[in-house]
Amino acid sequence: MDLRGKAPLAGAFLLGAGGFSAGAIRQEPAIVAYRVRPVYHVGAILPLAGVHEKEAPMRRVVVTGLGMVTPLACGVEETWSRLLAGQSGAGPITRFDASNVVTQYACEIPFGDGSDGTFNPDDWMDAKDRRKVDDFILYGMAAAVQAVKDAGWQPEDEESRLRTGVMIGSGIGGLTSIAETAVLIKEKGPKRVSPFFIPGALINLISGQVSIRFGFKGPNHAVVTACSTGAHAIGDAARLIMLGDADVMVAGGAESPISEIGIAGFNACKALSTKRADDPTKASRPYDADRDGFVMGEGAGVVVLEEYEHAKARGAKIYAEVLGYGLSGDAYHITAPSEDGDGGFRSMSAALARAGITPAQVDYINAHGTSTMADTIELGAVERLMGDAATKATMSSTKSSIGHLLGAAGAVEAIFCVLAIRDQIAPPTINLDNPAVQPKLDLAPNAAVKRKIDVALSNSFGFGGTNASLVLGKVRD
Amino acid sequence: MSDIADRVKKIVVEHLGVEEDKVTESASFIDDLGADSLDTVELVMAFEEEFGIEIPDDAAETIQTFGDAVKFISGAV
Repeated sequence: MDLRGKAPLAGAFLLGAGGFSAGAIRQEPAIVAYRVRPVYHVGAILPLAGVHEKEAPMRRVVVTGLGMVTPLACGVEETWSRLLAGQSGAGPITRFDASNVVTQYACEIPFGDGSDGTFNPDDWMDAKDRRKVDDFILYGMAAAVQAVKDAGWQPEDEESRLRTGVMIGSGIGGLTSIAETAVLIKEKGPKRVSPFFIPGALINLISGQVSIRFGFKGPNHAVVTACSTGAHAIGDAARLIMLGDADVMVAGGAESPISEIGIAGFNACKALSTKRADDPTKASRPYDADRDGFVMGEGAGVVVLEEYEHAKARGAKIYAEVLGYGLSGDAYHITAPSEDGDGGFRSMSAALARAGITPAQVDYINAHGTSTMADTIELGAVERLMGDAATKATMSSTKSSIGHLLGAAGAVEAIFCVLAIRDQIAPPTINLDNPAVQPKLDLAPNAAVKRKIDVALSNSFGFGGTNASLVLGKVRD
Repeated sequence: MSDIADRVKKIVVEHLGVEEDKVTESASFIDDLGADSLDTVELVMAFEEEFGIEIPDDAAETIQTFGDAVKFISGAV
């Protein structure tokens, strides 16, 4: 169903809602945006069921703020410069005693005093508040605070707060808290369970905590789609703005899976790299013939999305535009993509159709590319999508540097696409020494590529066969 | 100040993130020390853990101030 078909109903509801003056919820621009009608020209741009021609004047959405905490660094610019330099965030696990798990390395956030790109928890949440939340909420809060500050969006009036929402998800949420509390119950009984256990472990509590800190009273929501979470959150949040539910959305994902239960669980799925304990920095090697699984990462990525005219009116710095967003389901297997990569192909196609652009216009692709057997399936799907244009595009997997941040991955990687557009440079795929297959695409092996990047595509594929693709581009007036 | 009072004060300071000199005899956890209802539940649990006692729910409701806590615990240990 095309949601645009419902928009006039939403508009009517807003008009009829008692207690609000027209000015209080900014109805005028919203109603203009609702002046759209559903169209069902299936296959108008690409032959895809369920994708409708982009015809109506949907509200445009731009990116005006960025924030991240990654295994390379705390901070967007600190992470980006290290990424372009080809650094790896991998090392032996220090977050817990890893002597009993198979994989004893991961990409951990560099904790420190906050200088030189280190992550100092005190900079982002009070010690007394941190005790009440799992680390994924701390990371999400840190990225959100950075993004909001970067956007310069601190609404002073109630109307603006009502039009600002939050949608920050997580793939697994408070896994560590759940495991520790289960042990506590076993050892000391259920009466010792903290009153903060549930609100500290729930996935939507990043969105809740961020809304409380900033007073953002618009849509408050959280995506949970495994490794596609971050991309889905940005895409869904952009749609809320396009449809008029909000003018500004703080969107992204966070994850803190480096705990015994997290590593053991993914080891059991045979998803993690196991053979590189001697040099963890070489373990994440997407597309390389010697890859043997993904390297667990942790962190958060958050963007501030904003309606284009809203951003222009307040003179905001505009990084890029969210041009398209596509979703699909594999309907195939709980942890593996189908051999033909059809699910990824369809999510990419849908995103391009939404953006109204052709594959040949895509300059850079940030691949899902986890350093597993699925890499070549995605590569095949991208090459099928790009056709003859494949030789002109650059695709890289930044997971080679930062590992796999699960629910945060799609958000962090969307930010890398934004920066690639800003700086006209594609970050490298490190450790790609011996490609498993000969690619038609330039995979930016071991060195960043300076090139024209007007349009970037970011892929995220998750367990359960849930796929999301985002198309980001330079803003055109 | 008694040993019990010192130990209670340490818990309050740690859990509520307040300055030690704010934790006076009559200081209310909610009104003066910034606690919410979940904080008070956790405080009572921390007292139980520290002193190896059980504080029933109806008794917990009467513990509103630092002085209340010290008094109850002194009578219970």
